[in-house]
Amino acid sequence: MSIGEMIRESQVWKSIFRHPMPQDRRNRIVVMLTNFFLHLHPVSIKKQGIALSYTWCMGGVTFFLFLVETVTGVLLMFYYRPTLEWAYNDILSLRDVTSLGILRELHRWGAHAMVITVWLHMYRVFLTGSYKPPREFNWVIGVILLLLTLLLSFTGYLLPWDQLAIWAITVGSNMARATPILGHEGPGQQLLNIQGIDMITNASDARFALLGARFVGEETLNRFYILHCIAIPLAVSLLLAIHFWRVRKDGGISGPL
Amino acid sequence: MHGSPEEFRAGISGFLGGYYLFLAAMNSVLAFHLWHNKHKVAQACVWVVVTFVLVAIASAAMGGSPPGLPAWLRDDVNAATGPVVYSVGTTALLAVLYLGRRFFVRPMVAWSGLNLALVAMGFSMVDENFASIVTKPDNVPIVGLVFLLGFFTWLATSQAVENDDRAKQGLPPKEKLDNEKVLVWPDLVYTELICMIALTAFLIVWGIALQAPLEAPASSVKTPNPSKAPWYFLGLQEMLVYYDPWMAGVVLPSLIIFGLMAIPFIDFNKKGNGYFTIEQRKFSYLIFQFGFLEMWVTLIILGTFFRGPNWNIFGPFEYWDPHKVLALNNVDLSQYFWVKGMGRGLPKAPPGSGLGTELLWIALREGPGILLLLGYFLALPPLMATTVFRKFFVKMGFIRFMLMSNLLLFMAALPLKMALRWTLNLKYIVSIPEYFLNF
Repeated sequence: MSIGEMIRESQVWKSIFRHPMPQDRRNRIVVMLTNFFLHLHPVSIKKQGIALSYTWCMGGVTFFLFLVETVTGVLLMFYYRPTLEWAYNDILSLRDVTSLGILRELHRWGAHAMVITVWLHMYRVFLTGSYKPPREFNWVIGVILLLLTLLLSFTGYLLPWDQLAIWAITVGSNMARATPILGHEGPGQQLLNIQGIDMITNASDARFALLGARFVGEETLNRFYILHCIAIPLAVSLLLAIHFWRVRKDGGISGPL
Repeated sequence: MHGSPEEFRAGISGFLGGYYLFLAAMNSVLAFHLWHNKHKVAQACVWVVVTFVLVAIASAAMGGSPPGLPAWLRDDVNAATGPVVYSVGTTALLAVLYLGRRFFVRPMVAWSGLNLALVAMGFSMVDENFASIVTKPDNVPIVGLVFLLGFFTWLATSQAVENDDRAKQGLPPKEKLDNEKVLVWPDLVYTELICMIALTAFLIVWGIALQAPLEAPASSVKTPNPSKAPWYFLGLQEMLVYYDPWMAGVVLPSLIIFGLMAIPFIDFNKKGNGYFTIEQRKFSYLIFQFGFLEMWVTLIILGTFFRGPNWNIFGPFEYWDPHKVLALNNVDLSQYFWVKGMGRGLPKAPPGSGLGTELLWIALREGPGILLLLGYFLALPPLMATTVFRKFFVKMGFIRFMLMSNLLLFMAALPLKMALRWTLNLKYIVSIPEYFLNF
């Protein structure tokens, strides 16, 4: 008996994989049904549905990049401290001193790539008319995921705390100050006042809520860090689960009727 | 980025040498494929010649003298670069590609186009100003995006053209041919595994080759010029030229998201579900392509590569001079109407009048603009419903039609405002700075 066979015959192996290697038709079906990760997929699929010229694989690539971002992001969190004192220096040392500082490159380029692939995924879904009934709701979820991807990238942009970061966020968040009614320079801002006292000032408007301060400062760094590492990823994970589940429930990958 | 010219030349020569060798390899692989697998010897010979030309260029580049564009051409391109030429030019280019899609999707035509674009980029890289902007680490993904979008648009269009031809002959779309079912293990899971490995390798190479940008430590007193949002928001930043922040930064982005979500509920066309086609859903196709390619992607490209200090437009080979001054004298519609048209001053509430009176005077002052906007948003939809979109209205019903027409009108508001700015120097149609309400 070879070592391979000994491992595959052992009780431990069998407790994890409840069937022989997927080498015949029956076991190739069973593996899809019994494996937690594989059960996202159906057992069989139309040949057209997996043609790369049709799917471009962009949804899958986007999801894989999300996983890459999660893993590299968690590892980066061990090094990085989101405070004015340390944020920039930690990134600097990731670049110059820390072993495997390339994690930051993977994380940043992966993020750019993810924005691009999520657009390409939307592009493909539109061009094949795959948002049409019965997949309308999944398209809506997809649009929210697209927005969250942009917000993930936007909140992460601040964390290196260099000139590029704070000015990009300053330019981006300045818009919030012009929110109608809720921004202190937005139209209708005067509507919310009690006995002549403005309720919407630069210390209580939409921009303040986003930044946690009147300008991009330490409170903003903290706020964006939590949004970037916890709040938005949680929301994305939930919506991803629904997105994938709906792909299956709405009849699998789209194709001509 | 602006080191000594000799250093720049030495650096770019090495890079371009490798770049052209890569292009040569790409073409030689194609030539081999055509000759060996497709037995198209004549075509293969053409690409062999191209390969040799590229090798010659590569050796010239490695020898320290990469070919570039002549100075007069670069000057002409710089002089011609402006918002009108850029916007009208890109729209015209997309229109030509769309109308001639049957020609442009042919593999050999598309491949020639790719070669031309890549060689043009190589020639342009010899220019220091061009190279310094294109090779900025955070701009590299956008160069990638441009080529990826070109490739995928070609891929989608060629399949759509094929399916439209099949439909004319009464055949089902080609996606219908592969109706046979296969097992996900191994046919799909192995593809996914290979994709993951390839992507990981690609990311690692990218990460090693290009360092993530890190500029000077953040300083709230040193404002960089230009200050740019992250690249994927530069289309929105570009809208700030034409609209105030409440429109460009809040209302229009919200409408983009809302409008995207509304697409499946507006599009009542049952055809074109699950396969590539253009003919069977021309209207939705054209609206989406104009919105995505022209009003989103080309504005991002404009914002990234052409917008320099003070948000001025610079030519692709122009030095980003922070002292470049452009005369801007934009005029509000109310100014046009009262001052230039009627020959009198702007209507103004008498001093000491109450809030109500003041609002009435503002309404009078901005009357022409307010009427124009009311006409645009309230009178146009019923007009559209009874004329050009009559069939749509009948099929869609009142609510859906109103939703679609208003979203379309908001979408059209941007190019319309651009055109008004270019032709009439129009600043605001309605300008009520007292209440931060400028449109």
